[in-house]
Amino acid sequence: MHSRLVEIWVGVFVAIGFLALFFLAMKVSNLGEISATRQGYRLIARFENAGNLKVRAPVSMAGVTIGRVTSIRFDKQTYEAVVEMHVDPRYDTLPEDTSASVLTAGLLGEQFIGLTPGAQDDYLKDGDEIELTQSALVLERLISKFLFNKAEGDGQKSGKAHEG
Amino acid sequence: MSLLRNLGIWVLSGLQKLGRANLFLFHVVAGFPGLLLRFRLLIAQMYALGVLSILLIGVSGLFVGMVLGLQGYNVLTDFDAEQTLGVLVAASLVRELGPVVTALLFAGRAGSALTAEIGLMKATEQLSGMEMMAVDPFKRVVAPRFLAGLLSMPLLAALFSMVGVMGGYFVGVGLLGVDEGAFWGQMEAKIDFEEDIVNGVIKSVVFGLIVTWIAVFEGYDAIPTAEGVSRATTRSVVYSAFAVLGSDFVLTALMLRGDS
Repeated sequence: MHSRLVEIWVGVFVAIGFLALFFLAMKVSNLGEISATRQGYRLIARFENAGNLKVRAPVSMAGVTIGRVTSIRFDKQTYEAVVEMHVDPRYDTLPEDTSASVLTAGLLGEQFIGLTPGAQDDYLKDGDEIELTQSALVLERLISKFLFNKAEGDGQKSGKAHEG
Repeated sequence: MSLLRNLGIWVLSGLQKLGRANLFLFHVVAGFPGLLLRFRLLIAQMYALGVLSILLIGVSGLFVGMVLGLQGYNVLTDFDAEQTLGVLVAASLVRELGPVVTALLFAGRAGSALTAEIGLMKATEQLSGMEMMAVDPFKRVVAPRFLAGLLSMPLLAALFSMVGVMGGYFVGVGLLGVDEGAFWGQMEAKIDFEEDIVNGVIKSVVFGLIVTWIAVFEGYDAIPTAEGVSRATTRSVVYSAFAVLGSDFVLTALMLRGDS
């Protein structure tokens, strides 16, 4: 019988099975924190609040994805989130006063970094920091601010009514 | 009165069968050490049960993943949350669909074949013939098939999940234009290794045990006639489906209790 062939096939089968498990562990789950494709040049931005931003989130300008977030860490001196991103080297003409903000795709969507170009003639280079940043919008804070303002406004109105 | 008697007969025969199945399992497990000496038998069965199921499992997984991608995208895009498509596809595959659908397919593809083969061996008195030659049919016939099924199932389930994720990727990123980095990034962020992947593997091992146990036992317990074997084959697939889906609920309830 073709017992050699059978043995080879079983070997292939077991190898494929373990490969699939390995793929699931490394690629699908959080076990393998494989570095996102570290191509392109590195930029750094500091945010007061990075919100729900995740590593490998897109970095986009004018709605086009031009890079990826590669790491998010906490700076214990300044209490800020330090977001490191890699931008495609094709897009190497970002002005130095480009601003970065943490934006949300849709109401419930995922967060990403949006870059808005500035007007300077010098371009951002590898390792540069984006100075102008805008933090993630925290919905609770926004609502509480709105309610607070509204209550304040109502209070003033009713106060005036009493006076009058 | 006769109704009650029938109920009693039904319950008693059910319990008897359960007892026979358990004794059978002990016999089979006792035959495992002997397998190390006859490794070739195990390899041959791994080929019949595992390798020959690869195509079925792979193609099914691909289509299940692709459908998940399409359906998930349709719903998620209403909320502008299509970037979580990867999480949806991977979580449903790794946690539920991978082990369960693989077990059901495995019961149909390999389990029924096991039952028919062993049942026919019994009907044609090959098993008795082995006993006459002082060859233990448990060690020679049943144990390798049982162990091969037990080993093949988790591997096939992992294959199913992987191919399914790739299918979801092709549809989601390739056809529908979901952002690739978000697809994988969200998946990695939300799918936990222990909570999801290890639990999925545990499920597939348990299902492998259930499906092969039922298949092999039904074959061994079949009435040795053509009709008996055909009934045993049907029962093997039906019982496997029930047992897999029922135990899936129990396992999921046990696994989810930990984190809520």
